[in-house]
Amino acid sequence: MAADGNAPTTTEYIQHHLTNWTYGKLPAGTYCDGKTVQETTGWTVAHCPEEMAAMGFNAIHLDSMLWSIGLGIIFLALFRWGAKKAHAGVPSGMLNFIEAIIEFIDKTVKDGFQYRSRFVAPLALTIFVWVFLMNLMDLVPVDWIPQLAAWIAGDPHFYFKIVPTTDPNITLGMGFTVIALVILFSIRQKGLIGFIKELTFHPFHPSFKGVGLLFAPLIIVFNLILETIALVAKPISLGLRLFGNLYAGEMIFILIAAMFSAGLLFGVFAGALQLGWALFHIIVITLQAFVFMVLTIVYMSMAFHEDDEDQFNH
Amino acid sequence: MNLNLTIIGQSITFIVFVLICMKYIWPLITAAMTERQKKIADGLAAADRASKDLELAQEKATHTLRDAKAEAASILESANKRAAQIVEEAKEQAREEGERIKAAAQADVEQEVNRAKEKLRSQVATLAFAGAEKVLESSVDQSTHKDMIDKLAASL
Repeated sequence: MAADGNAPTTTEYIQHHLTNWTYGKLPAGTYCDGKTVQETTGWTVAHCPEEMAAMGFNAIHLDSMLWSIGLGIIFLALFRWGAKKAHAGVPSGMLNFIEAIIEFIDKTVKDGFQYRSRFVAPLALTIFVWVFLMNLMDLVPVDWIPQLAAWIAGDPHFYFKIVPTTDPNITLGMGFTVIALVILFSIRQKGLIGFIKELTFHPFHPSFKGVGLLFAPLIIVFNLILETIALVAKPISLGLRLFGNLYAGEMIFILIAAMFSAGLLFGVFAGALQLGWALFHIIVITLQAFVFMVLTIVYMSMAFHEDDEDQFNH
Repeated sequence: MNLNLTIIGQSITFIVFVLICMKYIWPLITAAMTERQKKIADGLAAADRASKDLELAQEKATHTLRDAKAEAASILESANKRAAQIVEEAKEQAREEGERIKAAAQADVEQEVNRAKEKLRSQVATLAFAGAEKVLESSVDQSTHKDMIDKLAASL
């Protein structure tokens, strides 16, 4: 990181660790204090946060996607191996471990989701293991892989974040996907009318008799606003909860890592802190993966839940 | 917070992974686990049944053994009874045979006696006549006294 002779300041160090490897469509112009010049608008790897800001939505975090897909493939490969090896005889070793996870997920799903669906349990399994693996990257010392990547890339300022779940794009992407699935299954289970009724007739039931008819549109609009907010809040809370926990954890790891350069005494102290925080963080990453999964199951259960018809008819 | 295309990339990845998991992973593992569960349940049931069978067999064996013993005892008893009966019968037969032989012997003896008596009787008259002739020194009219002698002989 100090290839240009100047050791980075703590602020720079932290900033660097929180910046993604970004590839995007950069409008023409001069960026990074005049260090890089983009002659024509085109797709390129960002060199500094200013360029990333200029790219706006037309950018993709290569590191987040790489680690997210890579870890997802590790998950799928491991469980696919298990699926191929699975037999009705006596299981052993890794197969035992995989089956224990499957059984745990199956039990959790059965507790929270009482309907028949071939989709929800695999969804829960994918979320739990994948999110756990992505969170697990948080326990890898913060400089190891980024330094290695910088060395391979030959660029000391190479941006490389290895924890996908500290990227809100990743967590919100999953959150919105879950809610899209919830809406999809809601419509499939209840029909479009049923779904719209759910949004407009709850929580206050409009009356269509006598004077009630005058207030019915008002109540429906009010319900719609309320339910829409609730619906939008779900994926955001889902995504931001995971992001917030992991981002905060990562931040503390970075702060501790920044202390290592402040002399022997601080270094030893930081080592102890690092160990303590890592031990505590094992709980956090597991818990967050579990919470994401359980909330998904709950939301899916709500999608399948059908209110008694008479509630609409009285 | 830079929200960008990553969010869409992650969504697509997520869906793809879930579908792969749903198609190629979850059903296979759960199927194997369910099958194993069934196998274990079957095994336990079989073990239960086997132990029940064993119990039944033991009970049956005990029963059979007891029956066999009882039968043996009854056979022995009846054999003893029969033996005693046979002995009794043999004794009875022997006694009857003995009596029969005794009776036959007595009859023989009587017959012999009678025959001797008959012989004697037939000769008594002659002897008597000879004796009387000698005593009387006279000729006795045999025809006159024959009846008397015969009577005498008959009274013997």
